[in-house]
This record gives sequence, C-alpha cells and structure tokens, in this order.
Amino acid sequence: MNTPHKKIYFDNAATSWPKPDCVQKALKHYLKNVGANPGRSGHSASVEAGRILYSSRENLAKLFNCDDPLRIIFTSGITESLNLALSGLLEPGDHVITSSMEHNSMMRPLRFLEEKGIELSVIRCNLQGRLESSDLKKAIRSNTKMIALNHASNVTGTILPIDEAGKICREQNLLLLVDTAQTAGAYPIEMDKNNIDLLAFTGHKSLYGLPGTGGLVIGNRVDIDRFIPLKRGGTGSFSENEQQPDFLPDKFESGTLNFIGLAALNASVNWILETGVEEIRNHEKKLTRHLLNGIKSINDIKIYGPGDDNLQTSTLSFNKDNVSPSDVGQVLDEQYKILCRIGLHCAPAAHKTIGTFPDGTIRFGLGYFNSIEEIDFAINALEEILNAK
Amino acid sequence: MNEKLNYSIIVFLSANHAVRAESVLLKKGVNCKMIPVPRNISSDCGVCVRIDWHDKEKALKVLSDLNIEIVKTEDIQ
Repeated sequence: MNTPHKKIYFDNAATSWPKPDCVQKALKHYLKNVGANPGRSGHSASVEAGRILYSSRENLAKLFNCDDPLRIIFTSGITESLNLALSGLLEPGDHVITSSMEHNSMMRPLRFLEEKGIELSVIRCNLQGRLESSDLKKAIRSNTKMIALNHASNVTGTILPIDEAGKICREQNLLLLVDTAQTAGAYPIEMDKNNIDLLAFTGHKSLYGLPGTGGLVIGNRVDIDRFIPLKRGGTGSFSENEQQPDFLPDKFESGTLNFIGLAALNASVNWILETGVEEIRNHEKKLTRHLLNGIKSINDIKIYGPGDDNLQTSTLSFNKDNVSPSDVGQVLDEQYKILCRIGLHCAPAAHKTIGTFPDGTIRFGLGYFNSIEEIDFAINALEEILNAK
Repeated sequence: MNEKLNYSIIVFLSANHAVRAESVLLKKGVNCKMIPVPRNISSDCGVCVRIDWHDKEKALKVLSDLNIEIVKTEDIQ
C-alpha cells in the first residue's frame, strides 16, 4: 500500500485540524493591526479589540440561540467552564445527577465536590453508552439541584438525550448543565429549545478555534446573585471598587482574557454560521457512515457505541481481541501517517461502562475537513494491520 | 455649527456593555462613538458611548428595549 504524502488527521475529538483559513487571517490581522487589550483602555485599538471580542460573543449567541451575548462567559476552555458551573452553583447538601459516560472534566470536579458534601448520582449507561432518560427521572430526590451531562461521549460518540433531560429539568425545576465539547458547531444546539440552563463549550474542537478558549452560556433561570465565581480580580469596570462586580459577564471574567484566541474563535464561529451546522453535521454523518460500513467488514473487529451515524457524532471507538490499541496506533502513525488516539481518552467511567477499562480503545475522531478517500485509505490500512495479527 | 457640539454621554456597567450598546445602536441607525469615559463624569477607566443630543430619546429607547443597563447619562454642551 502506498503511503500518502500528507498526514491523515483523525484526532479531531482531541482538537480539530486543520482550521478554516479565516482563523489564520484573523490571527494575523489581530497581531498586525489591533494588538490591544479589550475593555482596559479607552484608546481606539482597545475599542476595536472590544468590538472583536463582542463579535465573538454575538456569533456564539447566534450559534446557540441565546438572546443576550453578554450572558456568554469566556474561560480558558471547557474544563474551566464545567468547574465554574459546578463549584459555583452547588452547595453541600445539594444533589446532582450525571451519567457514567462523562469525561474527567465533569467527573473529577463532581467527585471533588462529593467529598465536600454534595450528593452525586451517576446513572449507568448501557454498553453502547446510551442513557435512558427515565433513569434520570428515577434518580431525582427532594434536594436535587442539577442534571449535568455531556451532549456526546468523547469515547464512543454516543449522543445523550439532553432534550429529554431538559424537559425533565423544567418539570422538576432543576438546572441542566450540558458539556458540548464534542458537539458545539457540529450538531444543532439551542439554549431555549433544548431547555439548557448552562452550556459549556470549548473553542478548539468542533468550533475550529484555538486551545485556551472556551466558555459558559448562562441561561435566564440561573440565579446570578448566588453563582460564585472561580476567580476574582481586574475587570476594567468599576475600578474604584475593591469588590468584584456582580453583573454579567464581568463577575466571571477577571483578568486578561485570551483575546487573540477569542479573535480566532470569532472568525471560526462566523465560518460555522456561514457554512451551516446542518451542512457540517451532514458531511460528518456521511463520513461516519462510510467508516462504520468499512470497519464492520474487517474480521473480528469490535465497534463500541451505537454504530449508527444518526445516534452518534463522528467519533468512533473500536478494538480487535488480543490486539493492543497502542500497537495499532503506532503502526497507523509510523507506516500510514494516520493520526488517531488510543487509550482511555480521559474518560475512565465511560470505558468502564462499555467494558474497555483499563486498556481503552482505538479512536478515530473525524472532522469536517476529512474526506471519503482518507477513510477508504484508513480502512485498507486497518485491514492490512489487523488481518495480519 | 454650535449645535454639533451638543452631545449626550451614556455610561454603561463595563466596556462589554458599551460595545454591545454601540453595536445595537448602529444597527438601529443611531450614530454613536465610543470614547474614554470623561474623568469628570466617572472615575472608571473604561469607555462610554457618545451620541448626538438629538438622538438621545431614540437611543435610550433602543437600549431599554434590550434591557441594557445604563449607569449614567450626561449632556455636554
């Protein structure tokens, strides 16, 4: 088999690559022509920086159908967003419900809070990583405050029923926190329609921005006065006061933001809005379907997750009995220039759920810029590697 | 000529709010300019929005419709 000259990047679930051209242009423009710190000075470059920052919020507000762009809090990434939502709103004695398919960015803060007196229920998902919404309902107690779920698993791509969780939260007056690390930009998500109260996102995956950017969209039902920030400090506002401002977004945005990263996010989210989430989702579904069909034809291969492009993202995990995922990953990289991720993917609970702990899986994370030809090449490579074992 | 010097200054909670105000005012056809907050109006180190005095009523309505909080307004001759 001829190795292609270019690498084939199947690790989009970890971080997306390549980025749309507009991201490079936005970075270059910012570095060359803007440069200033938004919201900190009154000069024209700072004002222009503030406009770019606001435009990032406006584009994200359009993407998530949020009526007030200033309800979007920028963070260093989704891990900070989830930590902020969980530790800022939950108090000892509160009960929170989550799933057994969570990434450690959700699970570790929850386990930490559990030690501090918060009650935690982890709802077991099935072998495909699917969650029954009736199980969420059964877990509700008199002191339940929040349901906190990933929108889709980073291991199997399994989409969780956040829409049904949202309806339950409205009926029972609970908050719904959604981790959209694997779906924002690649799957339609709407604050109101999906009844989301807290939407955590990351910039560098399917939003096609850079690492070091992310955020939390705060819905109208969240009590801002009782929401405690992770950090306090300079905001550029009410500088005469030694107390933290109590309004959005300043209450939660102390310190200088990664404004150049957010300028890139402004460009990439604008590109998503122009391309259309539906177009992105359809292309990724087509790729996923093609990959699933190809992999199924390889002898004795075990695919995890639903195995259906309608029920999952473009991330797929698989293994072959008695074959180490790390060996396969290394051969794919060195001999075929196919870059994927092997192992536990920072989600031990998910691997325990699907029965792949502690060895993990081989994971292909497809993105919008992958092609059918790349998938065909990868399927042939897998056939050569795995049938020889 | 003299009339052109009549402005209203609108001060917001923070630069984030001022930029939002500028964006919505421009979309609604209200000319405005972001300027540093004059020290005699506020001790804040941020920016505010300056509009033509004649546009004040319209601007306040646009901002109020979107629940954009105003800290202070000041007319300047």
